[in-house]
Amino acid sequence: MGPGPGASCAITLNSALSPAGQALYQDPRVIQALLRDSRTIAIVGLSSDPQRASWFVASYLKKEGYRVIPVNPKAERILGEICYPDLASIPGQVDLVDVFRPASECLDVARQAVAIKAKALWLQLRLVNIEAAEFAARAGLKVVVDRCVKMEHGRYHGGLHWAGMNTEIISARKARL
Amino acid sequence: MVHAGHVPDAVTGARAVPIYQTTSFVFDDAEQAAQLFELKQYGNIYTRISNPTTAVLEERMASLEGATGALATASGMAAQLVTFLTLLSPGDEIVASSQLYGGSITQLVHTLKKFSIGARFVEPSSIDAWEAAITPKTKALYGETIGNPRGAILDIGRIASLASSRGIPLIVDNTMATPALCRPIEHGATLIVHSATKFIGGHGTAIGGVLLDSGKFDFSRYPTIAAPSPAYHDLRFFDTFGHYGFLMKARAETLRDTGACLSPFNAFLLIQGLETLSLRMERQSASALRVARFLEGHKAVAWVAYAGLPSHPDKALAAKYLPKGAGAVLSFGLKAGTAAEGRAAGRRFIEALELFSHLANIGDVRSLVIHPASTTHQQLSDEELSKGGVTPELIRLSIGLENVEDLLWDLDRALLAQ
Repeated sequence: MGPGPGASCAITLNSALSPAGQALYQDPRVIQALLRDSRTIAIVGLSSDPQRASWFVASYLKKEGYRVIPVNPKAERILGEICYPDLASIPGQVDLVDVFRPASECLDVARQAVAIKAKALWLQLRLVNIEAAEFAARAGLKVVVDRCVKMEHGRYHGGLHWAGMNTEIISARKARL
Repeated sequence: MVHAGHVPDAVTGARAVPIYQTTSFVFDDAEQAAQLFELKQYGNIYTRISNPTTAVLEERMASLEGATGALATASGMAAQLVTFLTLLSPGDEIVASSQLYGGSITQLVHTLKKFSIGARFVEPSSIDAWEAAITPKTKALYGETIGNPRGAILDIGRIASLASSRGIPLIVDNTMATPALCRPIEHGATLIVHSATKFIGGHGTAIGGVLLDSGKFDFSRYPTIAAPSPAYHDLRFFDTFGHYGFLMKARAETLRDTGACLSPFNAFLLIQGLETLSLRMERQSASALRVARFLEGHKAVAWVAYAGLPSHPDKALAAKYLPKGAGAVLSFGLKAGTAAEGRAAGRRFIEALELFSHLANIGDVRSLVIHPASTTHQQLSDEELSKGGVTPELIRLSIGLENVEDLLWDLDRALLAQ
């Protein structure tokens, strides 16, 4: 199964956000555009432990062809990539800032993301800080809250379906390669 | 029912669900193979763990139940066992309704005992009984939406609240209702199990089971799902996979290690059944209500147990949880003096039927009849039988898609043959 159309399907399961919050920060069209258009993804709080969720996400995204930049002041290299202590230290354009830090640190990360002119801020699953989301959105960034980049990529590229999960995608149209 | 879980594939555009009758799947390269085994990539390795045809059944069931995902198994019994073995450790206990399918009771009492897991049974209509049976060792509650065979209706909302207040999941067997009549997750259930052999398949062609997770239970303090797993390099399934944690563990560990997988061909047959599920459930439930009313008015019948009847003790719960119909299974007793006479009358009745098939199943498009005390519930002790309401004269009917007038004719003939 390739990527289904899916854009018209409401994705409602597994979110701590209200329906209004979901409409703002979990819009399937925004998520699909980010997955399609992003090339460089900085992962703030990427762990050097291969059994942590952040490592699962990073290794998956790397295999799917994204350039992954670890942001972790305590490590030198993760998944063979040079680690940076903060977003400001990264040379070059960052498309998407994916956050694996506690909610209390998210506003600071959002400020850094705005400062480096990243195109989007993404707070991972079960990570909700609306102040940070609003700050980034006001600065013109696309914002996703309380979703997982890997799960969302899997939702639109067939992998989540293979694992028996409910993608909430209903379509009679032929999948695209 | 007809679309969820299947998008026509990009190459062939096949409209029906293809059967991927293969044991194994070729890897892209050595690195991908390693990452698949580490669960770091999505993909198929081996049909014992996942298969693209089976995945369609899984996602379609998840969609129908409003679940976050599903895992298909070789049978309904396997779905239960995979659920229990994923959740429970030696020393744990489960509190279950006494009104269960007989095979479920033996699995809970005897098979789980071999894993040092205990089971306590309670009268499902008493919330006090559920509460009193819970101990610090209790790790889950378990019941059937519609009890087999007397049609006791589980008060899912109240029992789910109780489970939630104790930080444990409520597991509901939704075989008899199916998501066409009741979606227990909407009432607070955490996990759902199905014997898909019954109404899901609907045609008596394939044995199969499904377990589903609402994705709403916080497993962060639930040891088996939250703690580092020695069977997976200390992976912490809830931490890493969030609302998919339970199902990922059930698939990657329990299904992998028990081998209770569904065959892709059977998955295909069950998918075919699902496509007409709501039509069959509406018709079969409506016919079951006609049959129940007919039997209640028949001079040879002592009593009828069907939650759709005003005479059933759980009629209010049925109205709340099963507004579209109380299912297609009912039971009744023939008038008889003694238990032995009841048994003999039951045998004569079953042998006089022409249209009802005498066999050990429910949920077929054909109408079925059985005498549980001597068959499906035979392994139970007298005490377990009476707790489950399985009296010697009880006869269970599963109403199919035949013209209901033909069924009433057949029942009347057999009742008058007494």
